[in-house]
Amino acid sequence: MEKRVRFRGWLLPTLLVVPQLAITAIFFFVPAGQAVWQSLFIPDPFGLRSQFVGLGNFVFLLSDPFYRASFVTTAIFSASVAFVSMAVALWLAVLADRLIKGSGTYRTLLIWPYAVAPAVAGVLWLFMFNTRVGLVSWYLGLLGYDWNHTLNGEEAMGLVVIASSWGRISYNFLFFLAGLQAIPKSVIEAAAIDGARFWKRFWTIVFPLLSPTTFFLLVVNVVYAFFETFGVIHTITSGGPQQSTTILVYKVFSDGFVGQDLGSSAAQSVILLVVVGILTIVQFKYIERKVHY
Amino acid sequence: MAAITLDSVHKSFGRTEVIHGVSIDIQDGEFIVIVGPSGCGKSTLLRMVAGLETVTRGEVRIDGVCVNDEEPMDRDIAMVFQNYALYPHMSVFDNMAYGLKIARVPKSEIQRRVNVAAEMLQLEALLERRPRELSGGQRQRVAMGRAIVRKPKVFLFDEPLSNLDAKLRVQMRLEIRDLQKELGVTSLYVTHDQVEAMTLADRMVVMNKGIADQKGAPLEVYSDPRTAFVAGFIGSPATNFLPVEAATNPRHDASLLGVRPEHAITCTPSEGRIQGRLIYAEALGAETLLHVKLADGILFTVRQAGTDPIPSEGAECGIIWDQRHQLMFRADGIRCEE
Repeated sequence: MEKRVRFRGWLLPTLLVVPQLAITAIFFFVPAGQAVWQSLFIPDPFGLRSQFVGLGNFVFLLSDPFYRASFVTTAIFSASVAFVSMAVALWLAVLADRLIKGSGTYRTLLIWPYAVAPAVAGVLWLFMFNTRVGLVSWYLGLLGYDWNHTLNGEEAMGLVVIASSWGRISYNFLFFLAGLQAIPKSVIEAAAIDGARFWKRFWTIVFPLLSPTTFFLLVVNVVYAFFETFGVIHTITSGGPQQSTTILVYKVFSDGFVGQDLGSSAAQSVILLVVVGILTIVQFKYIERKVHY
Repeated sequence: MAAITLDSVHKSFGRTEVIHGVSIDIQDGEFIVIVGPSGCGKSTLLRMVAGLETVTRGEVRIDGVCVNDEEPMDRDIAMVFQNYALYPHMSVFDNMAYGLKIARVPKSEIQRRVNVAAEMLQLEALLERRPRELSGGQRQRVAMGRAIVRKPKVFLFDEPLSNLDAKLRVQMRLEIRDLQKELGVTSLYVTHDQVEAMTLADRMVVMNKGIADQKGAPLEVYSDPRTAFVAGFIGSPATNFLPVEAATNPRHDASLLGVRPEHAITCTPSEGRIQGRLIYAEALGAETLLHVKLADGILFTVRQAGTDPIPSEGAECGIIWDQRHQLMFRADGIRCEE
């Protein structure tokens, strides 16, 4: 039963809604509008004048091999982040779900990384993997592996994936644990009696029943990897080496604020806006329907 | 098919012991109903046979082999749950075929067995549906089908009918009974409903607070209850209990007297062994239940045939019963020896 509150006048409801609308307008509509506007111009090198080029920025971007490479990088990066953070979180959630005692403690401890800001997480992992003073790279050296993410693009990618996934594991863990606990115990027991052992039960019963949670987290994590990992990339690799970790969001920053190509940067933001729009539609369209029960 | 033995089985959760040594011998093909009020440990007992709960002390044996440490999948049992526990993401067919697929039964054989079970349970038209598209009774049948197709040694039923409406419950009760007779599989059935217990059981076990108060054929338990609890729990309406006054006590150890409603009849106050006022008469058609309030406030129920004249409510009346049918119990609830 929905309970509706009806206001008599118009003043109070207006006052209540205005702050939210103002925030949305000032921090979303205005900048987004500016980005769309700017994407149609090329400013001169000193920023004094700008020339209208229509869709020229977009045409250039889509034929630019660096931009297309960045698309691929972003795809690899976000797929890896989503996979690593969800797989580890699911594994931990399954273990925590089996615990009878002390699961509260584990839960509390596992939530902590979520409270660490991405940039701080980036610095943390950077220290551990620092090529000269990093603890992990030192141990890797003892094992005969020469870790150098400042030169090796794959290692750099690996490191930013780890650093970006780490905090995310907490978030995913909470959702997976809640999802696991929502599965009726008797269904699992019925499967056990039907002869399914733990992993068989997991893949044939638990995992399919978790699919709504998994799908939700997949979208959320991809969006996260697309847009919220700037701090991690910036502190660890600055997009390098050789642009091997330049994801789309980072390219917006480096082209616009470092390269001062504001027109192209704005056009990239518009493309990202479209991408996030598509992701949102996908989420809304399928999240209810992909549900198995 | 198999015989099951529970040998002084105990169960504790932490420090609280909930089952205090229950022993039951179940013959091959027998239908045993464990009945008792909620919290008496009957479901826990069943779950121990299923392997879903560990046995704290004692032994559970299937075909003479101790299965205490065996996992549920190694016991060759099937269980029907109270909420049916169907796999929500699978069709009716897949629900029934799941156990067979795991056992790597050939596809054609799976198809055959599921079809046979579906026919037996009138589920043929529903095989492609998901559980959420079924009614309660249909889900119940699917749960039964899932148990049948595997041809297990033992069927376990955990209050399978308590989520159905009254009419369907009667129908399913008969079907379960038929099915069990037809398949001849040893069955252990848990319920809080004494009517189910009376109608289904070859033998029933009445549980009370973690102890098996009485085991025996339904009518034997009904007519010859060993404890006041059993006398009160089996039979509806429940047995009337009267405190035995020391002065009129024919025996020294009796403190409670039980009379079943159908063994008592009303009469004029002067003729009655006890007197009271009729406060309410429930005419149910085939029978009438007369609720009489005795002088000391105790409610006494008398059951009479529907055709008998119904005394007017508020009238003073007496109650008499045949001495042979009265049940005498000691202070600890145990029936006095005759």
